[in-house]
Amino acid sequence: MLRWLIGGGREPQGLAEKSPLQTIGEEQTQNPYTELLVLKAHHDIVRFLVQLDEYRFASAGDDGIVVVWNAQTGEKLLELNGHTQKITAFITFPSLEACEEKNQLMLTASSDRTVILWDCDTGRQVRKVSCFQSTVKCLIVLQRRDVWLSGGNDLCVWNRKLDLLCKTSHLSDTGISALIEIPKNCVVAAVGKELIIFQLVAPTEESLEWDILEIKRLLDHQDNILSLVNVNDLSFITGSHVGEMIIWDILDWTMQACECNFWDPSPQLDTQQEIKLCQKPNDISIHHFTWDEENVFAAVGRGLYVYNLQMKRVIACQKTAHDSSVLHVAKLPNRQLISCSEDGSVRIWELREKQQLAVEPVPTGFFNMWGFGRVNKQASQPIKKQQENATPCSLELIGDLIGHSSSVEMFLYFEDHGLVTCSADHLIILWKNGERESGLRSLKLFQKLEENGDLYLAV
Amino acid sequence: MISAPDVVAFTKEEEYEEEPYNEPALPEEYSVPLFPFASQGANPWSKLSGAKFSRDFILISEFSEQVGPQPLLTIPNDTKVFGTFDLNYFSLRIMSVDYQASFVGHPPGSAYPKLNFVEDSKVVLGDSKEGAFAYVHHLTLYDLEARGFVRPFCMAYISADQHKIMQQFQELSAEFSKASECLKTGNRKAFAGELEKKLKDLDYTRTVLHTETEIQKKANDKGFYSSQAIEKANELASVEKSIIEHQDLLKQIRSYPHRKLKGSALCSGEMEHTQDQASQPATTSNTDESAATDLYTCRPAYTPKLIKAKSTKCFDKKLKTLEELCDTEYFTQTLAQLSHIEHMFRGDLCYLLTSQIDRALLKQQHITNFLFEDFVEVDDRVVEKQESTPPKPSPGRPPSRSLEECPIPQVLISVGSYKSSVESVPIKMEQELGDEYREAEVTEMSSFDPQESLDYLDMDMKGSISSGESIEVLGTEKSTSVLAKSDSQASLTVPLSPQVVRSKVVSHRTISEDSIEVLSTCPSEALIPDDFKASYPSAINEEESYADDSEGAIHFQASVSPPELGEAEEGSLENTSSQADSSCCIGKESESLRVPLSTPAHTPSDQDGVVSIPPQRYRQKDQGFHVDFAVENANPSQDNSSEGFPAYELDPERLLASRDVSKSSLDNSDTTSNLSSIASTSSDRTPSSAYPPGPSSERHKKRAGQNALKFIRQYPFAHPAIYSLLSGRTLVVLGEDEAIVRKLVTALSIFVPNHSHHAKPVKHWISSPLHITDFQKWKLIGLQRVASPASAGTLHALSRYSRYTSVLDLDNRALRCPLYRGTLVPRLADHRTQIKRGSTYYLHVQSMLTQLCSKAFLYTFCHHLHLPAHDKETEELVASRQASFLKLNLGLVNEDAKVVQYLAELLKLHYTQEAPGTSHPTLRFDYVPSFLYKI
Repeated sequence: MLRWLIGGGREPQGLAEKSPLQTIGEEQTQNPYTELLVLKAHHDIVRFLVQLDEYRFASAGDDGIVVVWNAQTGEKLLELNGHTQKITAFITFPSLEACEEKNQLMLTASSDRTVILWDCDTGRQVRKVSCFQSTVKCLIVLQRRDVWLSGGNDLCVWNRKLDLLCKTSHLSDTGISALIEIPKNCVVAAVGKELIIFQLVAPTEESLEWDILEIKRLLDHQDNILSLVNVNDLSFITGSHVGEMIIWDILDWTMQACECNFWDPSPQLDTQQEIKLCQKPNDISIHHFTWDEENVFAAVGRGLYVYNLQMKRVIACQKTAHDSSVLHVAKLPNRQLISCSEDGSVRIWELREKQQLAVEPVPTGFFNMWGFGRVNKQASQPIKKQQENATPCSLELIGDLIGHSSSVEMFLYFEDHGLVTCSADHLIILWKNGERESGLRSLKLFQKLEENGDLYLAV
Repeated sequence: MISAPDVVAFTKEEEYEEEPYNEPALPEEYSVPLFPFASQGANPWSKLSGAKFSRDFILISEFSEQVGPQPLLTIPNDTKVFGTFDLNYFSLRIMSVDYQASFVGHPPGSAYPKLNFVEDSKVVLGDSKEGAFAYVHHLTLYDLEARGFVRPFCMAYISADQHKIMQQFQELSAEFSKASECLKTGNRKAFAGELEKKLKDLDYTRTVLHTETEIQKKANDKGFYSSQAIEKANELASVEKSIIEHQDLLKQIRSYPHRKLKGSALCSGEMEHTQDQASQPATTSNTDESAATDLYTCRPAYTPKLIKAKSTKCFDKKLKTLEELCDTEYFTQTLAQLSHIEHMFRGDLCYLLTSQIDRALLKQQHITNFLFEDFVEVDDRVVEKQESTPPKPSPGRPPSRSLEECPIPQVLISVGSYKSSVESVPIKMEQELGDEYREAEVTEMSSFDPQESLDYLDMDMKGSISSGESIEVLGTEKSTSVLAKSDSQASLTVPLSPQVVRSKVVSHRTISEDSIEVLSTCPSEALIPDDFKASYPSAINEEESYADDSEGAIHFQASVSPPELGEAEEGSLENTSSQADSSCCIGKESESLRVPLSTPAHTPSDQDGVVSIPPQRYRQKDQGFHVDFAVENANPSQDNSSEGFPAYELDPERLLASRDVSKSSLDNSDTTSNLSSIASTSSDRTPSSAYPPGPSSERHKKRAGQNALKFIRQYPFAHPAIYSLLSGRTLVVLGEDEAIVRKLVTALSIFVPNHSHHAKPVKHWISSPLHITDFQKWKLIGLQRVASPASAGTLHALSRYSRYTSVLDLDNRALRCPLYRGTLVPRLADHRTQIKRGSTYYLHVQSMLTQLCSKAFLYTFCHHLHLPAHDKETEELVASRQASFLKLNLGLVNEDAKVVQYLAELLKLHYTQEAPGTSHPTLRFDYVPSFLYKI
């Protein structure tokens, strides 16, 4: 667009030729975000965003600061200083119904090997634990038990008062990269390529001690597990660096489905091992999942894939949704999907059913469908068309949000206030629906007029 | 902002900066006779014809006890400005009208010399022969070595335009009071320091004398004193007395009521100083003074000198300069203030008044005025707004000069009625609190007994001899003195020296019977200094209580309906005998219950009583001309048209009239002489007059306007660019040459709506890559284009954020921005416009933008547009209502609606913000395609 300005190609890499990156013009009628507010408080990469309640969220990142914001006004409410190094994990600690202390709490872990419990209403540092042997990389709260677990090189169980209840032995030097809770008092930890299932033993009449037991190790992944989520009451999903997605039964921990190479572009239907060799793993690593009742949305490399749980197949995909790795995806209520990427953009997609779906029979063979999936450098239009025809649905780009100058790490969607994105450029941007904001401002204006008594002054 | 550009186009704002704009010649049949003085470069609206100086200036003079009145300095200090104007002569004149010889010395009944904190006096003085009219501000500074410890000074604002002086009197007075206050503050400091030194000297002398006496005493035990010893004892006694006197003086100077300082911002420095001093140890040796304030006590160690018994005041000694009299710091501050004044009042009166009205109106638009106003001015306004307490409108007060106090409708009306009321009426002071005085005045009216009034004045005077408000009329030859010049020390009476009724070179221009006479005059050469004292001063003590009371504010009273005038005339006719002249005013005043602080005394020069005038009218208007031309129908409106009143409308009748006047004035000019009216106010009033824009901002506007005009003519795609600015889409001006970019950015900044009062969202020059925050902060950016590869980042950022920006590439003469199809910008920026001057164009833009603001205001504050009428109403319905309002009611088509919507958002934000200016508004944008325009 600005070619006359720059006097050359838009990008030296010539991305446009390389991959069919879908672009949308400047006319984005369906994009509701026509207002933005840049929030500046961090001095380093902002990696985490956590929603506290309907109008507040907190951000944290490599500068070790936690900032609490008002999502409506963009006002900085609190700045919490306590960590000396970058924050590695960040969750809220829901208060118990029974508990008198109604204040919202949050837990942060940092590479300074401390975990701090904050009161996010007052900004007070409630408690601090600094007896860790290693950096805590993930945190999880088991609300039913009112305990929380920290995962580093070992797994520790803590109560609300931050007393250590029990811990496992040293698991690995890489440490636990993800933790989820599954039924039967169990948690799943992703440690390198392995999934380890632990069971938490609560104190009973016989023994007053808490205990945590390793129950099972699942060794089905070929490479490091990057993402781990539980999608519903029946299953949880893992995704690995080489693009393996495995759906596990949540109760008996068996593999329900495995999509190991369906994003593999290599035409031949080969076994998993060979894929690794010919692929840049980053292009197919699964960074993030999100899900709704029917589908799992996976961020695979630069692409976005929609996997239907019933049909056990990918129903829509966008192989190059972004210029570079997709880091976070989220599903909006209205069949919309938002993704953010290392290329600094945020894109809004809509899942649409294709018209000709009924006409086209699904090609035979499960792997056959996905085998041509990834578009190579030589990828040609016919292949793309074929692929599009192959999927019953499509992801249509309906808007993109450009604001960050560096990788967008994460975002948070507020039903009422819009979208919050955080980025490696140290900024947080609050994207808002301009029309709605305008209406709200009018409302505020007339409220203030009324307060001032100017509204009915007219004589 | 609110100005009719066409009117202002005629003003002289550019007289020093730009060549006059030459209009193509009119066809013969339309041409009017040329203004007689056109050859001299004068225009019909300025009365520069007779003046020997090229423009207004400020003169500081002193009445030196050694050489008499002498000019000290002028501002601007440029001989070109005053040209051949005789400063010495004028100094003589202005110094001589200082009626309030401030008395210092031994007042009867007081043992010690007494300092008086004399209020400054302010008079207006005219000299039609010189073509000079002056606002004269007298002040007294203290000097230990001077006679009576006082040195009279005056500052005069000298202009060729009498109306300017008269109509800007309040503003002038306020500004000069600040300057004066500054000088006096510095002077008090210096004086106190001087006194301390003197006291130390005396103390030392006393010690020395004492020892000598003791020695002598011891030396002769004969039981009688030698004459030498007696002499010494006398000397000692006189030193003792002197010490006491000086201590008393010091106490007096220190007890200067600090309350008076509060008003003047300029002297705020003093409070700091005093605090500084208080913290320092007092070095004075007077223990009995320690109880007094330590305000002035800190002096560096000073070695006392022996003082000769008889301190001689020799005339050959050099008097202190003004700078020595005041602290240098204060002196320079004063000079700065004076040059500020000079800047402030530069230019044509018409222009000053227009801009005053402008500002008064703008101030009332506090909801929208931040959008396109120069924020510097707005800042001023904000301050004023805080300062000025809402004045209670005095009943029946006609719309008058205190525009800023009137609610909007009144102002609007006043533009019409302004002329009539102002002109037909004398300037009067309305002293609402002065009930006492009013009574006194009433007494005066009923039986004008000089003695009585003297008594009254004296009575009022006791305590401090200060003259607060007074109105003074410099006499015309018609006026005879009603009162003998008072001998009272303060000369605060209402005297007329008989000499005033001197030579009757009266040129009566009685054009018709109804008409009004001519205030005649004596040739000015005939005036000798003594005569000047024969002004008609009356001065009133400033009551302490007045000062702080807003009610006490002085309003120039435009008065009185024609009937009243009639009565006044009748009254004066009846009273032609002795005190007639004053009664003519008084009669009127009694009607209106408006009490002038002094009554000008006019007596018909001949006993025939030919003339009956509302004399003040002449003072008010054409003092220089002394002719009233509007004769036959003394209908006020016509009458008014004669006034050289600022051209709100330029009807030919009026132009002709004023030309006539000027002509006749010229004819008379040799014979006419001074005639002035004086109004003086107490110096510590702070009138709420607004600052006219300084010339710098004026020039800035003009340049911006010019360059904007150039841009519009040069670039066919100026409209979409301006639309971008108006709709809040950041415009990036890209170029290699910083000067060119800056120039264009400055020019285009006139179209940029402000977010708040604090800063215009304009970045003139930046060379680093743009960031998203920049678009939130700035709406107009000058960006450096670098040829080197380093600029790739800059350009990349630009293309990345292209949806937030419009890019104007100066080097390629290209523009990339959204389409614009509205009708607003073409009117705002018509490349075929006939406007040729930058300032005119600037005003054109401002008036268009003001219109736009009012639309935005309407849109923003229309309740039903933004809120659903009932719960079930959908957002779409509300939106469509808004759209139809914008289109049908406001007449906005296509993209114009977006401009108003953007302004409305700014208004909402500004209104609802708790602390305005603290945050930047959100960055609003649209997903609209951009187009590339290229020449």
